[in-house]
Amino acid sequence: MEKVRSNLISLNAAYAENRGFIEEIRRESGVNEKDCYQCGKCSAGCPVAFAMDYMPRQVIRMLQLGMKEELLRARTIWLCVNCVACYTRCPQNIDLPSLMETLRKKSLENGISTGKQIKLFGDLFLWSVKTFGRVFELGLILGFNLKSKQFFKDAMLGLPMLSRGKISILPHKISDGGAVKRIFARAQEAELGGDVP
Amino acid sequence: MKFAYYPGCSLNATSIEYNLSTKALARKLEIELWEIPQWNCCGAFYAQKKSRLLAVALPARNLALAERNGLNVAVNCAACYNKLKAAREAVKTSVELQKKVSEVIEMEYIASNDVLSIIEVFEREYGLDKIASRVEKPLAGLKVVSYYGCLLVRPAELAMDDQEDPQSLDRIVAALGGIPVDWSQKVECCGAFHSTYNAATGFQIISNILAAAVEAGADCVACACPVCMLNLDMRQGNINKVKKTNFQMPVFYFTELMGLAMGISPKELGIKKHFIDPQPLLKARNLL
Repeated sequence: MEKVRSNLISLNAAYAENRGFIEEIRRESGVNEKDCYQCGKCSAGCPVAFAMDYMPRQVIRMLQLGMKEELLRARTIWLCVNCVACYTRCPQNIDLPSLMETLRKKSLENGISTGKQIKLFGDLFLWSVKTFGRVFELGLILGFNLKSKQFFKDAMLGLPMLSRGKISILPHKISDGGAVKRIFARAQEAELGGDVP
Repeated sequence: MKFAYYPGCSLNATSIEYNLSTKALARKLEIELWEIPQWNCCGAFYAQKKSRLLAVALPARNLALAERNGLNVAVNCAACYNKLKAAREAVKTSVELQKKVSEVIEMEYIASNDVLSIIEVFEREYGLDKIASRVEKPLAGLKVVSYYGCLLVRPAELAMDDQEDPQSLDRIVAALGGIPVDWSQKVECCGAFHSTYNAATGFQIISNILAAAVEAGADCVACACPVCMLNLDMRQGNINKVKKTNFQMPVFYFTELMGLAMGISPKELGIKKHFIDPQPLLKARNLL
């Protein structure tokens, strides 16, 4: 008999296996995926839809079906820019940007590399805020290029920016008596202790 | 009329002209902007990746400093506006969070003061009639598309204007004697930092916006966000190279257009710092 090969996913099995994952995402994102009836309004208005591997509508469908692996590897979750057009227009008030953020977090926790550069940028941004109280834009860009090994990225914009007085060469450190550093420490402490209202 | 002023990090560097033009305008109109002493970064969209408390506490420190002085806060950057307003609403609606945040920032903060975008400060608090009465050089015949982007008008609970068809900038343009032009992209996202991480995607989004402005017959774009400005202005030349387009669309902060109409010198407003030189357009319309 001819051997039948199939790349179909057994939906029942995925759902059974990943029910815990669905609940975890629901809890952390505040999104109940069951609210979605797949109207597609989110995807019609998404400014980045053209570049996505799965439409925002499909991301929710995949969550309903428990397709954990596919979700955490999706390019889509890293393309979402948090513009909130989908949430604004959703007839069911589903906070898709929050869902995308939660999926990005899970993807990194699971060691999937798609979004490592974006994470690096965010980490450097917060380091700058913690250290100086403000974002030191030049340091952020140079640090990002250095650590992501793209040494000359946007380098041709450097001189024109400088000549327009749009780059400060040195960071501006605020005199807050360490208040911002303590905000970081206390927020982290509260978060670890589960003490966040 | 006095407000606490929160410029935000970009306004000291990449969007220096937004800062210069806002301050020059406030001086001219006798609006007192009291810059919050030792203000800190709002955390943008990065603080919430670490912790929800951090995302509220960083903006709250600035708001508390203003509250102590009994002042509402005026914010320029659209992202800062969104984060400050979100922190205020969160603290206002939860006593527990209010207590926790006050503890973390070492200051009592009860969210009694409001957060206003700088558009609201001029349009609503100062008033359109008064704006019109202060015009010295009307933007006669200048066709302007107003670009609101995302964070000033979304989500609904934090928005300073309508989500789908905001009009506040258009009303300002009209008060300055210009022609507000309706177009398709006024609340579309500029792609934010895609132009940095992922140029193919970012450039496509930006060129759609520029193409729509051209199609609408606009002479220029008025915007109110540092990231929108960087994308539409700074990236325009590069987009022309990569996508073989020929855009020459001047982009202004709306505060620069207000300043020009009120006779403030382009130098004081920082207009020479743009990448797409708006001076030929301004000369042609006798606005220089």
